[in-house]
Amino acid sequence: MSSADEYSDDDAGYYDEDDDEMLVDDDGSASEMELDPMNDFHEGSSRRKIYEIDYESLSQADVERQMKSEVEYITSIFGVTVDVASLLLRHFDWNKEKLIEKYMDNATTVSVAAGITPPEKAPKRPAASGGRLHSSSELSRESLIGPRRSSRRVASAATKSSKSKLLERATPPRQDEPFVCPICFDDTQTEFMSLVCDHKYCKGCWGAYIESKVKTEAESWISCMAEDCDVVATDTFVQQVLGEDKGTWGRFQELLVRHYVSHRPELKYCPYPSCTYTVSCSISRASLATQVPIVTCGNGATHKFCFGCNVDSDHRPVICPVAKMWLQKCHDDSETANWIKSNTKECSKCQSTIEKNGGCNHMTCKKCKYEFCWVCMGPWSEHGTSWYNCNRYDEKASKDARDAQSRSRASLERYLHYYNRWANHEQSKKLSVELYAKTEKKMEEMQITSELSWIEVQFMKKAVDEVIKCRTTLMWTYAMAYYLEFGNEKELFEDNQRDLERAVEDLSELIESPLDPEVIKTLRQKVTDRTVYVTKRNEIVLEDTARGFLEGRWTWNSPVAGLD
Amino acid sequence: MAVSTRRLQKELADLKKQGTPVGIDLLSADNFEEWFLSLEVLGETVFVGEVFCLRFRFDSSYPISSPAVQFVVDDKWQAPMHPHVYTNGHICASILGNEWSPVLSVVSVCVTLQSMLASCKEKKIPPGNDRYVRHAPDNPKETRFAYDDDT
Repeated sequence: MSSADEYSDDDAGYYDEDDDEMLVDDDGSASEMELDPMNDFHEGSSRRKIYEIDYESLSQADVERQMKSEVEYITSIFGVTVDVASLLLRHFDWNKEKLIEKYMDNATTVSVAAGITPPEKAPKRPAASGGRLHSSSELSRESLIGPRRSSRRVASAATKSSKSKLLERATPPRQDEPFVCPICFDDTQTEFMSLVCDHKYCKGCWGAYIESKVKTEAESWISCMAEDCDVVATDTFVQQVLGEDKGTWGRFQELLVRHYVSHRPELKYCPYPSCTYTVSCSISRASLATQVPIVTCGNGATHKFCFGCNVDSDHRPVICPVAKMWLQKCHDDSETANWIKSNTKECSKCQSTIEKNGGCNHMTCKKCKYEFCWVCMGPWSEHGTSWYNCNRYDEKASKDARDAQSRSRASLERYLHYYNRWANHEQSKKLSVELYAKTEKKMEEMQITSELSWIEVQFMKKAVDEVIKCRTTLMWTYAMAYYLEFGNEKELFEDNQRDLERAVEDLSELIESPLDPEVIKTLRQKVTDRTVYVTKRNEIVLEDTARGFLEGRWTWNSPVAGLD
Repeated sequence: MAVSTRRLQKELADLKKQGTPVGIDLLSADNFEEWFLSLEVLGETVFVGEVFCLRFRFDSSYPISSPAVQFVVDDKWQAPMHPHVYTNGHICASILGNEWSPVLSVVSVCVTLQSMLASCKEKKIPPGNDRYVRHAPDNPKETRFAYDDDT
């Protein structure tokens, strides 16, 4: 794991000049990592560790550039405008191969379905279509049998026909009187806009409509306000309508990016609140069985999430399917399990959980109607008439029943063993905010009581960083150990886990102990040494586990979904 | 003046001037927040002889967003027994939800509901009625209906 090229990094020089007491291990990687936590994503690809993956962080502008080049590609092929190309791509969920195939096949049908042109009026009402003028796009001139997107239509046929009649009724008379917006009926409005379908409304109503779609429905596919009209607003139209409303326009653009990202398997939106970054990572579904794709978006080192599943933190070293299984189990069990364990027994026939809240010892299981004795758990039939008094403790049947029950207790106890340790590390991690505050105070104190400078007391913060990072690893090692099949491999895993845990607890104790001005120098020495050691132990756990996945060394004690 | 008020004023004026379609009557429109209309299905239908009362509630975002529409259920009125109408008066109709269009109006909603009732062949309450009614919010707009296609 140590390598010469890592050592040659510029950062390594830092300790050499600044601190000659510092013991730089022969493994330079450990000390570098804590010096520059940003390394991970600055130079991820060139110096990747076995438990890391290749990925790239993209800003919203980067993704927009990608989208633009896709759109331009379509414009150049079909000779359509940017707006049309964009709608086409969005309609086909950015699948350009499918778009090209379908568009070549029948451009008009596709244009109608993508909301670019209104369908031609049905031939039985030629008069109605005569008066309509379609302003843009040559596509609309071609005749077509408009197969409307029937999947979106859910009203009954009867309702629909009556609605189209109503539409005529609701449309204001188009005589010589000035045009009044049929939505707000505000005759002071002068600016009217329409899409290619020629349904005219005032700019104010369009603005309110688009704002409501974008802001309350988070919808970027905005169809015309007219009833049953499936023509969709182009980006240019939306921008024109919104004008000065930069907030809604910005949100609209963000929605377009989100739509694009959600249809790209190699892209994932950062799950952190109000973050607009995207991560690009080409990991296949299948390799999730051997790799844990933890990524960090370019917005900050704390925006760490898993590319393979929905866990918004680092769940290394455990692979996604196992992590998911564990979280599900914790969600189901944990505290409830504790209570059940201490307050209930299980029916020795159907294993239903029973709480006895009164009455005699003659139990009848509500579920399977099995009659048994609460005291010895044996069948009631063997108790004869000895009501309220069980003297049959050693009888075989009741012994079997108790054995079955103790087995289930043992399994619960086993789970709680792992869960308590998991929860313990999680809890310590949650307290990290306070720990940071406390450490900061200590660092200030150190600067006052000793001659150490600000930069020289940073070792404390680094130690805390490392402790928190390792607690995350430790947390997940317990999830992993719970599911690992008993054997040599598991023992080795647990040895590594134990070494890391010990190292972390040691360091933790050290940084939380009260400051003695006399020994700050030695403390500093100790903390720095142990931080390096902890980092190294953490690497060992992560690396060995990652390698184990690649070698297929780990066997699970229960079937894992998504693995063969 | 708020758009909703202006729009409702106009609708009210049209109603007074042109009258309501057959079978629909304005019961009360004392303000621009809540209107009541009566609804009767004409012709040979399963609802022959029955009159229902519709309650419309508007907020300031009308007509960009739909009004809250339900059948009144009290001492005087009953909801129609229809597979899309819950016994508390809530209506499952796509035009009141995701297919609402700002060009629709109070009258057009009434006419649509009238034709919904008229096309009903059999008086039946919606599946899962009891469960829905037990937990239903006061405002039917807070319910996310899954619209069935019964064409």
